[in-house]
Amino acid sequence: MAKNIKAPEALKPHRFCPGCGHGVIARVIMEVIESRGLTNNFILNRGVGCCCNLRSIEVDGLQCSHGRSCASTRAMKLLAPDTCFVTYQGDGDAYVIGLQETLNAAYAKSNITLITVNNSNFGMTGGQMAWTTLPGQITTTSPYGRPVDGPLPIQIPEMIANSFDPAFVARASVQSPAEINKLKKYVEKAIDAQMAGKGFTMIEVLAPCPTNWGLTPEKAIEHVATDMQKYYPLGVFADRT
Amino acid sequence: MENAKARVKGELCKSCGICINNCPKQAISKSGQFNNGGYDMVVVDEDKCIGCGICYTVCPDYVFEIN
Repeated sequence: MAKNIKAPEALKPHRFCPGCGHGVIARVIMEVIESRGLTNNFILNRGVGCCCNLRSIEVDGLQCSHGRSCASTRAMKLLAPDTCFVTYQGDGDAYVIGLQETLNAAYAKSNITLITVNNSNFGMTGGQMAWTTLPGQITTTSPYGRPVDGPLPIQIPEMIANSFDPAFVARASVQSPAEINKLKKYVEKAIDAQMAGKGFTMIEVLAPCPTNWGLTPEKAIEHVATDMQKYYPLGVFADRT
Repeated sequence: MENAKARVKGELCKSCGICINNCPKQAISKSGQFNNGGYDMVVVDEDKCIGCGICYTVCPDYVFEIN
């Protein structure tokens, strides 16, 4: 039963906060890339936000302008169609500042993989309210909680799955070992679909942000598993792989 | 292979405790010793460890290696 397990070589110590979900997601991506033999034919583009800290990974990649990572990645994919491209963005980057680029990439059926990390606030700048913030959630710019009668948290994966005929769209979480294994299966599907040229693939990952939520890592994971999933149900929304 | 255990690279640990909560055998605990980052490193009780790899799966900081 027991076997040797070691994190991929490209992963180096990073600067994320204790209990942050980004580290697990980065590891899952690199495990899949390594298992597919794509390490030397892979480009990881990063949006702006906490995901900038992923410069610690030793793979090729571009630090894109804020929100424009999908557009940059589409251009790079046109120039290198046989290379595997992943654009790694936060929710503030992909869903607020870069919403236009994200939706246009999906609409154009660009053959790229988008991985968004949803922690329901703008993490790097100190936890401001984003469009993904839950009603009632206290952030630095909504000290009385986000208004409950205002707009609801934005659900981009559902929107793309229902409107643009993507190759694969799913929402996963890093709340437990079982969900992390599911996330790995989704990433495998998305990368395989991209390499087969099937079109736009996207995975949203719910991740804890203990620092900005003001919770311990344990409570933050509990919050992901309970409160966040009322607004962000897990599962596969589109799959024609 | 049957004696595979979780090995700890303490310098990487940020003391978040996610591994402690998920270990099915309660084999992981905080050691009381601090690394260069100022975090209380975790330690694995090798008598209890079954090498299942769950700590490797949940750790955001790549602290664990199973061998």
